[in-house]
Amino acid sequence: MRNSPRPPPSSEITAPELYARRREFIKAGALFVGTSAAFGTGLVTLSDWGGADPPSHPPPMPKTAPGAPKWEVTRRGRFGTSEPQSSYEDITTYNNYYELGLSKSAPAALGFRIKPRPWTVQIKGEVARERTLDIDTLIDWFGLEERVYRMRCVEAWSMVIPWLGFPLADLVKRLEPTSRARYLRFTTLFDPEQLPGQESRVLKWPYVEGLRIDEAMNPLSFLALGLYGAPLPGQNGAPLRLVVPWKYGFKGGKSLVEIRFQETEPETTWSHAAPSEYGFYANVNPEVDHPRWSQATERRIGDLSRRKTLPFNGYGEYVADLYRGMDLTRYF
Amino acid sequence: MAKARLNWLVPAVVTGALVPFASLAWRIQQHRLGANPVATALNQVGLLALIFLIASLSCTPLKIAFGWTWPLRVRRSLGLCAFFSALLHFFVYWGLDQNLAIRSVLKDIVKRPFIAVGFLALLLLMPLAVTSTKRAVARLGFARWQSLHRLAYLTGALGVLHFYLRVKADHTQPILYGLVLVLGFALRGLAKIKKTRDVRLRAESRAARASSA
Repeated sequence: MRNSPRPPPSSEITAPELYARRREFIKAGALFVGTSAAFGTGLVTLSDWGGADPPSHPPPMPKTAPGAPKWEVTRRGRFGTSEPQSSYEDITTYNNYYELGLSKSAPAALGFRIKPRPWTVQIKGEVARERTLDIDTLIDWFGLEERVYRMRCVEAWSMVIPWLGFPLADLVKRLEPTSRARYLRFTTLFDPEQLPGQESRVLKWPYVEGLRIDEAMNPLSFLALGLYGAPLPGQNGAPLRLVVPWKYGFKGGKSLVEIRFQETEPETTWSHAAPSEYGFYANVNPEVDHPRWSQATERRIGDLSRRKTLPFNGYGEYVADLYRGMDLTRYF
Repeated sequence: MAKARLNWLVPAVVTGALVPFASLAWRIQQHRLGANPVATALNQVGLLALIFLIASLSCTPLKIAFGWTWPLRVRRSLGLCAFFSALLHFFVYWGLDQNLAIRSVLKDIVKRPFIAVGFLALLLLMPLAVTSTKRAVARLGFARWQSLHRLAYLTGALGVLHFYLRVKADHTQPILYGLVLVLGFALRGLAKIKKTRDVRLRAESRAARASSA
């Protein structure tokens, strides 16, 4: 029988006691794989909850809607910083906009919900004439200026953002506030269709922010309609938002629908939610810590190491006078 | 059929526990952790530590509620996963978030209640991790070992508190983890009450039988 295969060497023969347990091995192997996969998936899901990955393709820069006025930058560079600007991707995918979700990445996914046109802003309270202004009227009146500002979040991170908009002071002057107008109160859109996060009650909606009128008249205070030369994406507060670069980012109310001039200090959303943690002024101040974390340093988005936080976010020469004589540890 | 042997269970749990870390490492390598990867990694590792801790503290309640014994076989592995995750969480905070600045970390621990609470939980996990071996149980004696390991209850509560204090506005998650923990404590309490009552009833019936005899 020359053609019969050679018998396998004895070392390759499965031992009978193992052969008898072959089903047990297969079963245990399957249980091992299934259990570890299920446990691992569960852990990934739980630890990702509320903080999912940012979209793998960041939103493209929006084009101006057809028929909308052209985005011509009329002025450039006032108060500008020469620091490297944060990337468009970082600015538009790392956002705090609780009305569009509580994680940093959720607003980028839901920003499209905001319909930026038609959009009007109601002007109310202590002004010569209460009125409703169309957002494109504002662009006609004031043109668009680019301002490259540092943005310091109360959570101790920061960015450098090239905004497009106009000085708030220009609008205030044009609206002729009365002598009783001492504060401005800014209100964000309330519409759970466009801002689905408003269905959860983590904060009192609509979001309200405020400025003293002399703060609003400061040339740094800015109403932004765009960034990087294009209209604001929803997650950044389309179509109109406040930018006050010497204050923590949460002062910059987004998607504004009302500006009210009033005699009394408005109650703002965060100071209502946690008065010991967030004050009305919220000036960037490395000396006054948040009760739960230090404000002495910050991480510039994109950097691995921290840098020192500057008083008034580095804008002290323009704004420190506003607070002369005030105890900034009390009025934080 | 013979009762299923569960020798695959502990390796499966440990392998599964490594999956989220592998996923995290992969996403760091792919730059998919967003604009602030340090903060994301710090939060995820910390949350994993809490999940492991709560899971290890849920083993006994599962046995009480359903009579299962398999959870007790994975309890030690889960506890060690919690310890190593908490340690990693601390090193991410110290090394990456604070750039190894010892003074600012010490200042944080002293000044910030939420950091103090988290740090205390990590410190308390250390003796538990060190005495997690069978030899340690033998050396300490079961009674002493057990009372030492009751510290795990405290670390669980501190872990939830650490998370609760850190959250800015939405407390849903820390509250849910806290509820799991509280449910576990309640089940333990009920089981203990039932046990004492059973012992007492048995003693009483024995006494009654003795007096009627």
